[in-house]
Amino acid sequence: MALLQISEPGESPAPHARRLAVGIDLGTTNSLVATMRNSIAVVLNDADGNALLPSVVRYLAGGGVHVGYPAQAEQAADPHNTIVSVKRFMGRGLKDVAYPENTPYRFVDSPGMVQLRTAAGVKSPVEVSAEILRVLKRRAEESLGGDLFGAVITVPAYFDDAQRQATKDAATLAGLNVLRLLNEPTAAAIAYGLDNASEGIYAVYDLGGGTFDLSILKLTRGVFEVLATSGDAALGGDDFDHRLFCWVIEQARLAPLSPEDTRLLLTHARAAKEYLTGHAEARITATLGSGERVDVSVTRREFWDMTRHLVQKTLAPTRKALRDAGLAPGDVKGVVMVGGATRMPHVQQAVADHFKQAPLNNLDPDKVVALGAAIQANVLAGNRGAEEDWLLLDVIPLSLGLETMGGLVEKIIPRNSTIPTARAQEFTTFKDGQTAMVIHAVQGERELVSDCRSLARFELRGIPPMAAGAARIRVSFQVDADGLLSVSARESTSGVAASIAVKPSYGLSDDDITRMLRDSFDHARDDVHVRALQEARVEGERMLAAVESALAADGDLLEAAERAAIDADLAALRAAVAGTDHRLTKAAVDRVNRVSEPFAARRMDRTVKRALAGRSVEAFSS
Amino acid sequence: MIDLSRNHFELFGLPARFAVPADAIERSYHEIQGRVHPDRYADATDAERRTAMQWATHVNEAYATLREPLKRARYLLALRGVDPQIETNTAMPAEFLTAQMEWREAVEEAALAADVDALDHLLARLRRDTHAEFDALGRELDEGRDAEAAASVRRLMFYEKIQEDIGHAIVAAEG
Repeated sequence: MALLQISEPGESPAPHARRLAVGIDLGTTNSLVATMRNSIAVVLNDADGNALLPSVVRYLAGGGVHVGYPAQAEQAADPHNTIVSVKRFMGRGLKDVAYPENTPYRFVDSPGMVQLRTAAGVKSPVEVSAEILRVLKRRAEESLGGDLFGAVITVPAYFDDAQRQATKDAATLAGLNVLRLLNEPTAAAIAYGLDNASEGIYAVYDLGGGTFDLSILKLTRGVFEVLATSGDAALGGDDFDHRLFCWVIEQARLAPLSPEDTRLLLTHARAAKEYLTGHAEARITATLGSGERVDVSVTRREFWDMTRHLVQKTLAPTRKALRDAGLAPGDVKGVVMVGGATRMPHVQQAVADHFKQAPLNNLDPDKVVALGAAIQANVLAGNRGAEEDWLLLDVIPLSLGLETMGGLVEKIIPRNSTIPTARAQEFTTFKDGQTAMVIHAVQGERELVSDCRSLARFELRGIPPMAAGAARIRVSFQVDADGLLSVSARESTSGVAASIAVKPSYGLSDDDITRMLRDSFDHARDDVHVRALQEARVEGERMLAAVESALAADGDLLEAAERAAIDADLAALRAAVAGTDHRLTKAAVDRVNRVSEPFAARRMDRTVKRALAGRSVEAFSS
Repeated sequence: MIDLSRNHFELFGLPARFAVPADAIERSYHEIQGRVHPDRYADATDAERRTAMQWATHVNEAYATLREPLKRARYLLALRGVDPQIETNTAMPAEFLTAQMEWREAVEEAALAADVDALDHLLARLRRDTHAEFDALGRELDEGRDAEAAASVRRLMFYEKIQEDIGHAIVAAEG
């Protein structure tokens, strides 16, 4: 166990006060928030001592919202307005929802992301998720006694760009400063890796409520490098519940059920599934709305048989990730199990059989993702201690490409590329005199556009008329450290340019977000002006601290005139932060950013030179 | 803008040649990425975060190039101003072309049968078969026999294409 450190009286242990940072696991079934306390990651409980927050949101007619256990208890009574497993709808259109008729929701088919009609109006999955995040934010702030500096939010590794963007939007809506979107299996690996200080190849098998991820990581000298990731964004514990639920209907010969009865029986099916982890037989008894009694027993063997195909379904992505990493099951030193669904003994057995070793279960599979996220949040917030000098290198799960003639996909960035990454490719016109071109970015492995996910579509206009094939249009893809894509296009002979941060076809526009923010303030939970001012101040102070520490470290890189310009803008920013106009602060932040740009570039160049200093080419020539 | 005047070998502090130990490349990569990665700048200014993303992107690109033997070989040839004429020079010995045809038939057959095990097997055999070719390519490059190296690169490009085809067939077979 790490010893607590006590500093010299009157001396501050760190150049700045410790910043409050949390890791949030926004799960399909349950969500959690964790933080670092005395160098140890801990999950923060609610006032009743519960670590888990059920990811259930109930909208009331008067505009009120219930989140978590109360909403979960009310789901069978009010199924239309109680949203469970909303994560399955993030960044998805109605056509992506499997069996919408089996859910009690009133879907609204909108051009982008699917929406849900509730007693409190039409809600986007992003808004529903934001309600969950708000509760966790409040929990953290009450528990830690202050405003949060930022949060790391976890996402399934196999989430595509639209699902990631939707998650980030939900965090923004909840008023969280997102330090990073972190892949769930990678978060789990951090929690395990730092605990066990191991080196070698590890597999993380993460079967959550609604998603499955399999990541292969290499741990070397404090570097967590994801070699390959694979999965199924629509496979999880929910599917096991549903299979058992269908079996109960067959066994009890039930007529089609009302939404209330469906919820009731699904809840019982889930309880029976969990019971079977420790028992040989479970009994499901319930009284339906009609007064009809259901009384069915299911043995562990029966449950395993009826869900074996679901367990098998996880093995194809497992093989794919290993193949992509160029490895065999025998190369894997340890298999980390994550997600509540991995408690099922037949899942444990299938994994043990595949890797020919007993999987690692020493951390709570429900908590390990949040704990890893908290460790990373602490580092990203700048609270890093010397012993935490480690690096995380993650990948994109799915290839990114562009639509070309005939509805075919031209891959630009292959899956499992380490992020951040960028790639550019040249295209040309199809017709004589063509002056515009549609740039359609897609994600997926298939060769036809129709088999891939549409991410974004935009037009490059104003191409000078030329013969077909003469124009040179350079399309650039950039994926940032959150795994989010931006695309730009430029015609090289004329310099006509167009670019977008990819607002996915299944995402929200900035206008949507602004409207949702306004809506949430209308419920008087917050004051829009106070919040804007507070956010601008936090940003301003962050900027002051960052530039001041950069000047202290590398001020010698600046000419006197450059230094004076930065100092002047810093003074203006300091004055703005002390004032009450958030727009002034924002403008001052922008100015400091602009004026310090060349400084940032020179500092980074120095950093790279230092990385190489002391190493000589001769060292490798023998 | 970031300074991109160093070539990838210089950036990684490595000699510009084919035979470089894989762990030396990895060590350099980790060392540099550990300093420029955006995670190191999550609390910095926008300007620094943007610069960090550009640098980390560049370092990832350099690593991807140096780590993969065929990419490293092509990059070395490019640094020496040698064009391997991958698109234009398709003259190959008859023996090589026959071997290519046999490979293609084997892949097509396994792809049609959606036989993932057979495809996996072909992938493993391909890696084994090209091992000696890569050894030869390394000697050609490091002994300055660039024309021969260019011919080896052209041959290995054919094998890389087959490897890609196997990958696509596996994706298709697994749905």
